[in-house]
Amino acid sequence: MRAAVITFPGSNCDRDLAVAFESVGAEVTRVWHKDAELPENVDIIGIPGGFSFGDYLRCGAIAANSPVCRAVIDHANRGGYVLGVCNGFQVLTETRLVPGALIRNKNLKFVCKPVTLKVENNETAFTRGYAKGQEIVVPVAHHDGNFRADDELLARLQGEGQIAFTYTDNPNGAAGDIAGVFSENRRVLGMMPHPERAMEPLHGSADGQALFRALVEGLVAA
Amino acid sequence: MQEPAITPDLIEAHGIKPDEYAEILRILNREPTFTELGIFSAMWNEHCSYKSSKKWLRTLPTTGPQVICGPGENAGVVDIGDGQAVIFKMESHNHPSYIEPYQGAATGVGGILRDVFTMGARPIAAMNSLSFGEPSHPKTKRLVHGVVEGVGGYGNCFGVPTVGGELRFHKAYNGNCLVNAFAAGLADADKIFYSAASGVGMPVVYLGAKTGRDGVGGATMASAEFDETIEEKRPTVQVGDPFTEKRLMEACLELMQTGAVISIQDMGAAGLTCSAVEMGDKGELGIRLNLDDVPCREVNMTAYEMMLSESQERMLMVLRPEKEAEAKAVFDKWDLDFAIVGETIPEDKFIIIHKGEVKADLPLRALSGNAPEYDRPHVPTAPAAEMAPVAEVNAIDGLKAIIGSMNYCSRQWVYQQYDTQVMADTLRTPGAGAGLVRVHGTNKVLAFTSDVTPRYVKANPVQGGRQAVAEAFRNLVAVGAKPLATTDNLNFGNPEKPEIMGQFVGAIQGIGEACLALDTPIVSGNVSLYNETDGEPILPTPTICAVGLIDHVDNIIGGDVREGHVALLVGETAGHLGQSALLAEVFNREDGDAPHVDLDAERKNGEFILANRELIRACSDLSDGGLAVAAFEMAEAHGVGISLDASDTATLFGEDQGRYLIACNFDMAEALMVAAADAGVTIQSVGKFHGDAVSFGGIAAPLAELSAQFRGALAERLG
Repeated sequence: MRAAVITFPGSNCDRDLAVAFESVGAEVTRVWHKDAELPENVDIIGIPGGFSFGDYLRCGAIAANSPVCRAVIDHANRGGYVLGVCNGFQVLTETRLVPGALIRNKNLKFVCKPVTLKVENNETAFTRGYAKGQEIVVPVAHHDGNFRADDELLARLQGEGQIAFTYTDNPNGAAGDIAGVFSENRRVLGMMPHPERAMEPLHGSADGQALFRALVEGLVAA
Repeated sequence: MQEPAITPDLIEAHGIKPDEYAEILRILNREPTFTELGIFSAMWNEHCSYKSSKKWLRTLPTTGPQVICGPGENAGVVDIGDGQAVIFKMESHNHPSYIEPYQGAATGVGGILRDVFTMGARPIAAMNSLSFGEPSHPKTKRLVHGVVEGVGGYGNCFGVPTVGGELRFHKAYNGNCLVNAFAAGLADADKIFYSAASGVGMPVVYLGAKTGRDGVGGATMASAEFDETIEEKRPTVQVGDPFTEKRLMEACLELMQTGAVISIQDMGAAGLTCSAVEMGDKGELGIRLNLDDVPCREVNMTAYEMMLSESQERMLMVLRPEKEAEAKAVFDKWDLDFAIVGETIPEDKFIIIHKGEVKADLPLRALSGNAPEYDRPHVPTAPAAEMAPVAEVNAIDGLKAIIGSMNYCSRQWVYQQYDTQVMADTLRTPGAGAGLVRVHGTNKVLAFTSDVTPRYVKANPVQGGRQAVAEAFRNLVAVGAKPLATTDNLNFGNPEKPEIMGQFVGAIQGIGEACLALDTPIVSGNVSLYNETDGEPILPTPTICAVGLIDHVDNIIGGDVREGHVALLVGETAGHLGQSALLAEVFNREDGDAPHVDLDAERKNGEFILANRELIRACSDLSDGGLAVAAFEMAEAHGVGISLDASDTATLFGEDQGRYLIACNFDMAEALMVAAADAGVTIQSVGKFHGDAVSFGGIAAPLAELSAQFRGALAERLG
């Protein structure tokens, strides 16, 4: 399985995401934000956490208009897979590859701690390694993870199985306790928690590993 | 533009004393220009020159087989084997943080990160030690929020995990908060970059963000006491941009790989002036700068303003001329400014040219070499008076008073605002002793801790200085790490007062003795004096950060307390209650002597723990609140109750030094007892981990109730 991990000038989880993919056997190419083209035959693109362009404006808004993001959108429109974590999720909402928006946490504070997630839909390439309803522990670390969706969108996300994970104890005020959402075709996943920080018992949790493993196994078979 | 005439008022406004000005006249044999006066004030203030502290700093132990580079460079460099080095330092940003807490703290973090990556190291861990006024003081809440958000705002965006720190409240900090920031980085031991320039006619290159008027005179401001005019000092505080710093770090590390860098110095306090002088002085060369080429953010900046600006995220480098194009390409990639602003010259001169005019022409070496140095009068702190007796307290009531207090409750409210796990190598986040970070791609682990007990230092500077080092040593040992080296941040009041200078001299003596005995040399550090407002000094606060190494992840003394584990106490208990947390929180008293530190016992007990780590399931050092608080914190962290046999106040709450609490099973306990007898170490069984209550000599409270109080206290009062 071939993964491409994008680096914006303010990305700071790009290495972590690449290491996570590599640890389960993926071949990883690092891509610079000024590159207008992606490497050939990439199975999945990873958009990492961090502060893409400082995020002094809306988080991810500048990144969403960078040359590489046009290539990411093309890739997704061709049915390609994309995983956006934290700032990557913010970039994905700004590109509209996943629905909803992310605003400042309800209590206005940055929050970094392990949280418990409930797997809402396990019938996707990302989540097939989990049982439906399974609870997993993955850390969050963000200032702007408060997911916003109106009632109509929330109902649609619920009805169409586009909710990937929900928080059991909401850390940021997210609507519907939503921690991660899929695109309509469920090939693009945006999530605030960091599965790449929960890869081994020494991290305090290894629950993130199943997500990367499912991708490596599933996308190779595809 | 007409430059102001040099008058006694102008000289005084620059913080230059009359005898110092006489020395300037002697060196120059003429009156300085306005720009030159600014340069002298920047180089000769307390913050940059260490003029009151130098004499005493020289007495500290700074060498050892593990030390690659001690004090004097941007940060200390310590060998961690396999051709790798850890590079670290701590620095204060006290004065700016009190004036403008968010930006003051943020730029403090930015400054220390720059010190580390200037040397070629990628930052891998940060800590911060924060001291604020009493919780009821009208400024405290705003300062805590601002400082914590500033630390987080900068470090989180930059992408360095914050793995430890300290937070304290005391009325002595009402008018001066302390913000001490620590950073550590990792580099190959043979690829460390230093500040000494070499070669004549080499280009001096300006890198990073543009220069603005922010922070002009900041270092001079940080070298004076505060009074009622403090609000007017706000423009001397710099504004941080962590996104630019992140790019500057990546660009510098990338550039260093190309072999283009001869020497490098970050622009911190006193910006362009200090960095250029440092590079020339260390390389025994002169420097000529042409300010026309300095990238400026604002129009019509004068030479004076450019030389004294403390705009952040800037670097100065001496470059190999043949690599210029390659270097520029790296900075273009990261969208950062790159400008050749001068060259190295053979004469001992610091020449500043602006718009074709010579604005300064100074002997370079005299700026640092001839900086004043004082042997200020000092009187030792008087021995503490005999302590009044301490009444026995209900043990659980005493525990509740301590763990529910602002000073000893959980720091979760703070550290959850910091990214503690970015880089995915954090193996222990803050909250339980030393922070642990794996050396990326290896099985080695670095341990980090920050410690000082200011009330001890005030009562007894020598013992308090020793204790800060000893507690740091113990915190490293308790996670299984071999202590390697330390960095210090010496925060004191006005050194022109003999009693303050006496605190300083005493504390340095104690720190030096302990670093020598425990083999943890000081490899870098910072001094912050004049922490006084309207004549009221802070508690003497010599913060010690220590770094240790665990050779393999399997040798971490983990946190694995189980039902039925035995609680063993290592070290001698005499029940010393002077200056204890119990006295302060229960009786509102701050009397008695500080506990004395037996350095031989510290070393012996520490070596015992490390030699027997396979028999230990969890370990904690005993410090504030003594046995009772250590036992509670261990139980609370693992969700298992604890019963201690003791119920008397001195045994439970005494703060005798050199002690550890251990959890292990019965067989291991027996083996430890035997090993302790062989090693001549005092060890005793003091209780058992079990159930869901905390019980001292039969008086009990539910663990869940105590835990809720412990975890909620800070948020409740600050949130």
